[in-house]
Amino acid sequence: MNAAVAFVHEQLTAKKEFPRFKAGDNITVNYKIIEGGKERIQGFRGDVIKRQGQGATATFTVRKMSDSVGVERTFPLFSPNIDSIELNKSGRVRRSKLFYLRNRSGKSARIKEKRMAIEA
Amino acid sequence: MKGIIGKKIGMTSIFSSDGKQTACTIIEAGPCVVTQVKTTETDGYNSLQLAFGDKKEKHTNAAQKNHFAKANTPAKKVVKEFRDYSIEKNLGETITVDIFAEGDKVEVVGTTKGKGFQGVVKRHGFTGVGGASHGQHDRQRAPGSLGNSSDASRVMKGMRMAGRLGADRVKAKGLKVVKIFPEKNYILVSGSVPGYNGSIVLIQK
Repeated sequence: MNAAVAFVHEQLTAKKEFPRFKAGDNITVNYKIIEGGKERIQGFRGDVIKRQGQGATATFTVRKMSDSVGVERTFPLFSPNIDSIELNKSGRVRRSKLFYLRNRSGKSARIKEKRMAIEA
Repeated sequence: MKGIIGKKIGMTSIFSSDGKQTACTIIEAGPCVVTQVKTTETDGYNSLQLAFGDKKEKHTNAAQKNHFAKANTPAKKVVKEFRDYSIEKNLGETITVDIFAEGDKVEVVGTTKGKGFQGVVKRHGFTGVGGASHGQHDRQRAPGSLGNSSDASRVMKGMRMAGRLGADRVKAKGLKVVKIFPEKNYILVSGSVPGYNGSIVLIQK
């Protein structure tokens, strides 16, 4: 990225503490929604199928099955409307964009969980 | 009118506190040196000539060297004139991004990216002739008929056809100044501005 663009990002984008996550991980995005002048927080839990962009314009896409209908939502990573992100499970996947999940359902649409060795 | 010469750096987006994302362009604007002050008495009209961006001495000819020497400045790459400048400036003084304030509506003039020789679909928004089936072929991006038959027996002037596209001087109006970094000479304007990254643009109000 251009140094000048990086400088502007640094100045204008609020720092956020999120767990590191990548495609294949199962996360919950807690985002703010405004209903009738009132603000509340709603969770969106699903698998990350894409991370895209860099700096202030970075986004990620989360896919979940809602009543057997696939729902995808793309969030800007630095949106002030994202309250927090929880990492539920790390998945073992072989690619960074998991669009093939759209054509799968049931058992074949599962992502294997990544097992970490416990340090003794 | 007031204005400044700048270089397009690139684009990014910033968030407002209510979560709205605004695309904006970063421009490195100024500092510009006043290299000539034109007045009605001497030149028939009022204007300021501004210069921006350093260039090497060996790339500067004698005439330019002397011209810049009058303003007591090293040789500059870009020289542009702004008519009826609203701020009083004397020869040799500098103009920085401070002339603009956040929230100002500005115009940005630039040269659009050159696209080369393009067909009518890209150049004039034609939709091409017909579909892919019904025996048609090789006509999907064609211009179609150029006019009438025997009555006229010629193609009308101004008929839109394929040709060179882009590399035009274009003014983007009504852009808002989103943010200014005076210490870095950066100015952020909302939306896009004409040209490629690194191209020269004029910001004026």
